[in-house]
Amino acid sequence: MTGRPRTGSVWLSKAAVNGALVLAVVYMLFPLVWLLTAATKDAGGLLAGNAFSFEGFDLGGNLSRLAAYNDGIYFHWYANSLLYAGAGALACSLVSVAAGYAFHVYDFRGKEKLFGLVLLGVLVPTTALALPMYLLASEIGVVNTYWAVLIPVLVNPFGVYLSRVFCAGYIPDEALEAARIDGAGELRVFWSIGLRMVMPGFVTVFLFQFTAVWNNFFLPLVMLSDQKLYPLSLGLYAWNSNAHAEPDFYPLVVTGSLLAVVPLVVAFVSLQRHWKAGLTAGSVK
Amino acid sequence: MKARTRAATILLTPFFLLFTAVMVVPIGYAVWLSLFTEKQSGLGFGGTETVFTGLDNYTAALGDRAFREGFGVLLGYCLLYIPLLLAGALGLALLLDSALARARRFFQLALFLPHAVPGIIAALIWVYLYTPQLSPVVQAMEAGGIGFDFFSPEGALPSVVNIALWEWLGYNMVIFYAALQAIDRSVLEAATVDGAGAWRIAFSVKIPLVKASLAMVALFTIIGSLQLFTEPLILNKGTGSAVTSTWTPNMYAYTAAFDRNDYGLAAAASVLLALTAALLSFAVTRMTGRRKAGKERTA
Repeated sequence: MTGRPRTGSVWLSKAAVNGALVLAVVYMLFPLVWLLTAATKDAGGLLAGNAFSFEGFDLGGNLSRLAAYNDGIYFHWYANSLLYAGAGALACSLVSVAAGYAFHVYDFRGKEKLFGLVLLGVLVPTTALALPMYLLASEIGVVNTYWAVLIPVLVNPFGVYLSRVFCAGYIPDEALEAARIDGAGELRVFWSIGLRMVMPGFVTVFLFQFTAVWNNFFLPLVMLSDQKLYPLSLGLYAWNSNAHAEPDFYPLVVTGSLLAVVPLVVAFVSLQRHWKAGLTAGSVK
Repeated sequence: MKARTRAATILLTPFFLLFTAVMVVPIGYAVWLSLFTEKQSGLGFGGTETVFTGLDNYTAALGDRAFREGFGVLLGYCLLYIPLLLAGALGLALLLDSALARARRFFQLALFLPHAVPGIIAALIWVYLYTPQLSPVVQAMEAGGIGFDFFSPEGALPSVVNIALWEWLGYNMVIFYAALQAIDRSVLEAATVDGAGAWRIAFSVKIPLVKASLAMVALFTIIGSLQLFTEPLILNKGTGSAVTSTWTPNMYAYTAAFDRNDYGLAAAASVLLALTAALLSFAVTRMTGRRKAGKERTA
């Protein structure tokens, strides 16, 4: 395409570029379309007939079976997931932003060494930790409680790293100085000035942690045995294990999966600005 | 100044307390546990006792063919998955970054969307799409004369790689796209003025400028790959699947702990896995670090 390309070749390139992108989108979206159409079918319709159609539409029936099965345990799991992900991510973001803020604002001995430790934490594979964590938790007797899933998700070293980057970008030193001159204590400055200014970063860390906890599977799998404490991921896994013997579980798993995806899709579509900022803060320094 | 030190301490304490409890202590405990084995005392009537056995658990894990084969599976997985992921994500980002692309916001969102699907649900969807009785894909392939068993020994690895690609391609594409957008446009204009075409600009200008992002994505993908567990676990449930319960090292550790109740062995396997991650991270950062240092020296 040196010099001035003829209009014909530009049109062709344009078609090729956009065509390739459309193909990629089809690959990304058809499993989701399948999930949507499959959730409207009963076990018989799933096993026979065209999956990509609304033939035999019975979403309402599937939803009511979902709500009725085992005294509505599915929605119990839903509430658990909301609790683990909501409360966990909220506390995690606060803890991370506080630490990231301290790393940005204050100078103290061994600061960069301590930050290096945080970065090292980013590199630790979390699933290698889950098993030792389980053994430790069983020693102190918190296995099979809410705490067993909640406490580990409060820690996210990457969140601290992101928070430091965001603080550097969003909090001008002058604002902190002004607040100090007005006589505000250091913690007051953090709470009323720093935290407010770095709110976009807070939301970003929250979004990432919320997703991570909502998707969390290995930790609940090792920690929990009481079905009442399960998050959605573990509950759906348990149901799926039954489906091979009893096909009636298929519609439950598929419809349950569809509902479990909805909050995250809504969050990502409405908070586009934030996840993009989070991804880029992690990559382009 | 004292007030500032106190504030820093207060703000850092919650994180480091939790960090210690959730990361440092479990690592230490895993190392400690891996040095012990539960042995039946006497004739097996006296219950079990915990005996210090040094590195026996490590030799047992490394001596177990199933564990070594797990690392073989991981190696095969990485060799197939990482090049496809990096090339795919970078390719899509370059397409999106080219002047010819339309509807960029739509493409970004649509390609990213699978990442919003929890890993376990992504695995469930794909396992259903792999199952001949349920799947329109398998039926369509059969109609086209392609018979492929996604659960067979040859099919299992590509099946897992496909699920991982579906989950992570769009995510990494957004990272690369952001890095490409951050390139100074005057550099690209200069290259155009010098007579470079679109391909030449992509390979000689754009890709070298986003190398740092490439290295970072590669690093996190390696760490993520070592943790491979959820997707194969779901495939493992499929009847007649080639995915065994010790298919990856992580699954091996899980099975050792919960099927065999051999916590020492499970801890040793976890420690070996974490060590592998540490070594690979070190290698990747070292490689990219050296390249950067070299560049600074020549500049």
